Amino acid sequence: MDGLLPELCATPAGSVDLIFDASLPGHRGYRFPALDLPEASIEGEIPAGLRRERAPHLPEVTEPEAARHYIALSRLNHHVDRSLYPLGSCTMKYNPKVNEDLARIPGLGLLHPEAPETAVQGMLELLWHAGEALRAIVGMDAISLHPSAGAQGEMLGMQLVRGYHRRRGRTKAKVLIPDSAHGTNPASIARAGFTPVQVASRADGRIDLAALEDLIGPDTAAIMITNPSTLGLFEGEIREISERIHAVDGLVYMDGANLNALVGLARPGDMGVDIVHLNLHKTFSTPHGGGGPGAGPVAVRAPLAELLPVPQIERDGERYRIVSDRPHSVGRLHSYYGNAGVMVRAYAYIRSLGPEGLRAVSRAAIVNANYLMRKVEGAFPVAKREACMHEFVSTCVWTRQHEVRNIDVAKRLLDYGFHAPTVSFPLIVPDALMIEPTESETRRSLDGFAAALHAIAAEVRERPEDVRGAPHCTPVGRLDEAEAARRLSLRWTPPGRRGA
Amino acid sequence: MSYLGHSPDEEAQMLTAMGVGAFEELIAQVPPALRLKGPLDLPPALSETELRRLFVGLARRNYDPETTVSFLGGGIYDHAIPALIDHLVLRSEFYTAYTPYQAEVSQGTLAATYEFQTMVCELTGLDVANAGMYDGASAAAEALRLARAASRRERVLLAAGVHPRVREVVRTYLDGAEGRLEILPESEGRLAPEALRQALAGEPVAAVLIQQPNRYGLLEPLDALSATLGTPGPARPHLVVSADPISLGVLAAPGALGAESAVGDLQSLGVPAQFGGPTAGYFATRRAHLRRLPGRLVAEARDHAGRRGFTLTLQTREQHIRREKATSNICTNSALIGLRATIYLALVGPSGLREVGRQCLARARYALERLLEVPGVTRVYPGPFFREFVVRLPRPAAEVVARVLEQSGILAGIPLARHQDGRERDLLVAVTEKRSREEIDALAAALSRALA
Repeated sequence: MDGLLPELCATPAGSVDLIFDASLPGHRGYRFPALDLPEASIEGEIPAGLRRERAPHLPEVTEPEAARHYIALSRLNHHVDRSLYPLGSCTMKYNPKVNEDLARIPGLGLLHPEAPETAVQGMLELLWHAGEALRAIVGMDAISLHPSAGAQGEMLGMQLVRGYHRRRGRTKAKVLIPDSAHGTNPASIARAGFTPVQVASRADGRIDLAALEDLIGPDTAAIMITNPSTLGLFEGEIREISERIHAVDGLVYMDGANLNALVGLARPGDMGVDIVHLNLHKTFSTPHGGGGPGAGPVAVRAPLAELLPVPQIERDGERYRIVSDRPHSVGRLHSYYGNAGVMVRAYAYIRSLGPEGLRAVSRAAIVNANYLMRKVEGAFPVAKREACMHEFVSTCVWTRQHEVRNIDVAKRLLDYGFHAPTVSFPLIVPDALMIEPTESETRRSLDGFAAALHAIAAEVRERPEDVRGAPHCTPVGRLDEAEAARRLSLRWTPPGRRGA
Repeated sequence: MSYLGHSPDEEAQMLTAMGVGAFEELIAQVPPALRLKGPLDLPPALSETELRRLFVGLARRNYDPETTVSFLGGGIYDHAIPALIDHLVLRSEFYTAYTPYQAEVSQGTLAATYEFQTMVCELTGLDVANAGMYDGASAAAEALRLARAASRRERVLLAAGVHPRVREVVRTYLDGAEGRLEILPESEGRLAPEALRQALAGEPVAAVLIQQPNRYGLLEPLDALSATLGTPGPARPHLVVSADPISLGVLAAPGALGAESAVGDLQSLGVPAQFGGPTAGYFATRRAHLRRLPGRLVAEARDHAGRRGFTLTLQTREQHIRREKATSNICTNSALIGLRATIYLALVGPSGLREVGRQCLARARYALERLLEVPGVTRVYPGPFFREFVVRLPRPAAEVVARVLEQSGILAGIPLARHQDGRERDLLVAVTEKRSREEIDALAAALSRALA
């Protein structure tokens, strides 16, 4: 393993065991209280046709066995508390630990959502203030905390667009999106029954205003834009874009995934945006959790407020009320009031930063991204050579002549102890690496990442086979995804039972 | 500023290293007219000490869940949560990681998800399960959508026993492509097979959604209802069962009863109430529908050295590949909550799951009997039930609940009037394995006192 830094392969090589492998008959990891009242017989309580016949095959382990197993599994993960995790548009910033404590205060974390309103005034107050703070940050008139993720926020946003036009007796079929849009955008548009129409970018990656004008028409329901774009560039003509959309009675939806570049610097509400979703698990530091839970609140301009989902939380003097009587609401999106546990963490983050702190977040995110971009561009050219906002996109086009692709570079980064950036997105940049360091990273961390990329660039030229065969230092090597998709083993099967 | 990576001095040095004179050069692309002139209108920053004070103060303005005995259910239940779960999900490796796109450094998340998929299949008796959904309600909506796509039919029937909240979420989801939902009538709180049979006449039905146990805690006659839907085959409407997973140690697996898909909320499996969220949903279905399944799927894989690992698979179904043709727009789901449920099921095992089901049956039965001894309290629905039941009070339930809380520090139940007109005196009471005999007796006494 020539050329590797000595500590590179310190990752524990491990076999990946399943809890079922640790199972032993008769073991159990949790006891319930003894039954202190009369037994109920299953035969007496449940009709024969509804009784469980075959027990589910669950593992039988003691608590220490479960602890060892899941701790062993955890050690196989890369995570933000280990090192840089530069996924573009994911904003993998530090997750403050105090927020975990606060969310677990019993009087917040154990509350039942259907307790009497008078008994949960503190939680309603918290959620209301969280909504108000988020509203202020984006400069909009009303907000719903209901969506459980950005994608669900987008879906809601599209339903708001539809409801808005319906209220005015209009049916409009099309929603415009830039060709750099995140995949959830067209998916959400289609879900709401609209047709997504792609708008081309200019050479600098921004929306081509002339191309946009050609596509705008009376059937334009809305535009869905990301600002900054997925190339990390600010859409400077956003107001002009909004004006043109509004001129045909369309609405401007902003995907707020990249809000980390804007907090305290600029507000969507000032850009002509009508609807914006936020990703609390990105900009507002709530944990990513290996894939959620998140939250995707949606903020709107006044004319759309009446359409927001039920129920809403409203303040009435000193009291907070849950309001369901909203005749024009698009309906209920969340079973209760949104992911309150996520809201607690996000609100704590906002209160811990205050207005200066939030402004410093976007500033540091922009500085870090630009600093890293300039250090990296010598190894992997940047798609658009100008100052970026909070993220930038590099390209691996040049590695192809060595029969190395961007995914190989990404896998080799894993050997250097970093998580890879987002690969092959946005689609308009060939062989893209989309890099967002966030404001949490120190200069040293950024220098280390840049050094790794330079080392890998050298390897591409001198020993491309090492890059192609990467990763070498991870618990498992590169997995054969094609074979996995053919075999499709999607569950463990007990020995002796015919496989699914 | 303790979460930032550099100080103002370091920023200056970094700008110099970049050959940039001032920060403003970096944001030249933001038109000055769009930049905020002053700070956001928010309160000033708080230290950790001040944060704790603020949040503890907010918590104090709620009832104290640790000392207030709760009989609230209706979708969120006070089940026992093993202590180990929090210690594991508080490991940075689990909660500060993200989507396992780089499988080689995400084996922890991927293996745990594979376990989750396995356990959901075992509980539901179905072939495949995805990596999870936001919650039970959105999972139900997606299962109905799948049924429509698979059958090329529009018509969807919902049993009246599906909770109104779930029904409303389903409606919001399906309205996106012009939903056509019909609510079937209830008879003594359940869906009668005859009512289903009549509803099936006419335009072919894509799916029937039935909740088990239902919104009143009652057991729907799923076996007879399934038979009513006819023999298996492409013409048979999808039976979609929304099953609370904690009941599946004692209740028949939906797959064994002929369900095409099973969905539900995982909150009962080691997830704190959190005022209603975040929870997570599960979605299991038959192999034939695999390509239409939304959300992530984890498959077993091998590396070049033959080592076993796990990886996301069939990503061509998902938004990041398929875009507007994706099976859903879901991206981030609720992985950490799914992990909680996985650890819970590993700890309780098959015998524990059966036991917790038996305890819910026993304790709810005992509670019903004690409450019926209180003068003026009557039972609303006959027949088998799990963990929850509805009683009718001589006075409006909301008022009684308030009195019981005030006088005795007990949350007696959820007034049905919260979700249904004309049910002002009806109370939904949930009794989990955490409710001791003493607590149940105290509820009966408190109810007596409040009604006196």
